[in-house]
Amino acid sequence: MTAPLLSVEGVTLRYRTREHLITATYRVSFELYRSDRFVVLGPSGCGKSTLLKAVGGYIQPTEGRVRLNNTDVRGPGPDRVFVFQEFDQLLPWKTVRENIVFALTASGKLPRRQAEERAMHYIAKVNLTEFALSYPHTLSGGMKQRVAIARAMAMEPQILLMDEPFAALDALTRAKMQEELLQLWDETKFTVLFVTHSIPEAIRVGNRILLMSAHPGQVRAEVNSSGADAARIHQILFSEDGKGISKDV
Amino acid sequence: MSERLESERPEIFHEVSTARFDVVEKPLSAWEKLYDNGAFRKAVLLVVLALMWELYARWLGNPLLVPTFSATLGAFFASIASGALPQAAVYTISMLLKGYAAGLAIAAMLTAFATGTRIGADLLETLTAMFNPLPSIALLPLALVWFGLGAGSVIFVLIHAVLWAVALNTFAGFRSVSPTWRMVGQNYGLSRAGYIARILIPGAFPSILTGLKVGWAFAWRTLIAAELVFGVSSGSGGLGWFIFERKNQLLIADVFAGLLTVILFGLAVENLIFKTIESRTVRRWGMQI
Repeated sequence: MTAPLLSVEGVTLRYRTREHLITATYRVSFELYRSDRFVVLGPSGCGKSTLLKAVGGYIQPTEGRVRLNNTDVRGPGPDRVFVFQEFDQLLPWKTVRENIVFALTASGKLPRRQAEERAMHYIAKVNLTEFALSYPHTLSGGMKQRVAIARAMAMEPQILLMDEPFAALDALTRAKMQEELLQLWDETKFTVLFVTHSIPEAIRVGNRILLMSAHPGQVRAEVNSSGADAARIHQILFSEDGKGISKDV
Repeated sequence: MSERLESERPEIFHEVSTARFDVVEKPLSAWEKLYDNGAFRKAVLLVVLALMWELYARWLGNPLLVPTFSATLGAFFASIASGALPQAAVYTISMLLKGYAAGLAIAAMLTAFATGTRIGADLLETLTAMFNPLPSIALLPLALVWFGLGAGSVIFVLIHAVLWAVALNTFAGFRSVSPTWRMVGQNYGLSRAGYIARILIPGAFPSILTGLKVGWAFAWRTLIAAELVFGVSSGSGGLGWFIFERKNQLLIADVFAGLLTVILFGLAVENLIFKTIESRTVRRWGMQI
């Protein structure tokens, strides 16, 4: 087997609030290979978003390490591009196209002209060509998320980090976006680390699923999504102390 | 029971109509368009107000107290023709621009310091809390002692008028920039300066613009007041001095013409400059309605 693209090794994440020191995740380990659609699934409070931020480099682990291509992750960088849940991740003072051009030029990835060409290419991929010159506030929530995905993909990063990107969408739009994401994956075979709390979404989007328990977040299981069924995953997630996990199913 | 109800309620399907509707798009009449125009409505109001002024002044019949609107306009154009009013206005504006620019520069430095360091933030908060409520004009006597009877002391009070409003609003705006935008900026590897220029400033632009407007209004008032107190410096005076001098000569219509000029400048800056900036930035971006 080839070396993993991303390895998370025994990562414990703690953060401080005004009154408490909170352990978000405890000794979480997993490995991501190229072209994986790796989903982190868990109930709210299992530290999955915090874990994603640690991979993004926004938080340093108190224990363990995050390695991308065998190099420690030290801070945020354009080799790991985020798609957030919030609709306001697009910069409102830039048009759809300029949002993508901004990403490409700010990171020094491409000079302006080529950045514009690539931006238009990815805007076409998410079917928003006619909105390229619109400002984000004129778009619907689903369209904004598509722009955010186009922006992230235009960066052609080593790995895409998606933090519940469809959670704020209505059910119909959400299903459509999942389908589109899979289509895009078929075309470009990007690597994505996808965080969600929805079991059906995890099964639909991922090829491998990391199941986490809450308070603090710990790995319950790591399963393949082909052949996985929602009932079994639900059982693994919510059974007490991992009892009742039938290893043979 | 429910079975029976279901059988009694057939399912209904409709063809979606493709026929012509009565009204899909109908152009508005000329009057509707005119009435929708804010500038037109305001112009009508102004005309009504001018008319009331004219009527009242005529009824009062005392030009030493309230000159008529037409007399004021006459004095206004006469002063423009004689060159006294334009000269005073140019002097005032140039003073104002100098003070405003200097105030902005210092505000930028103070805010940059406050954004970069915690002690800078403390400094800015403390200074603003101390000096923002202090009317600039109250500093004028002190400024006269320090900088003498000239442009220096006026610019000093102008800086004081602009600085705190702009610095306070900019800093508050920086703080309220969405955490998601911040993370986006970091994600694409912006440098420190790039981060300020490309994320913080546009993200805080509604607040910054408010600061600029408030600062402008404070500066304008302070300047006219300062000129009223002492206008003459090396033989030229500004609008405030123009007003003060004409009052001493009992040329009340000229006094009104001077006040009118002050108002006109205020309106022009608000409607031409700030409105334009607003409609090209925060409104277009959907950050302000």
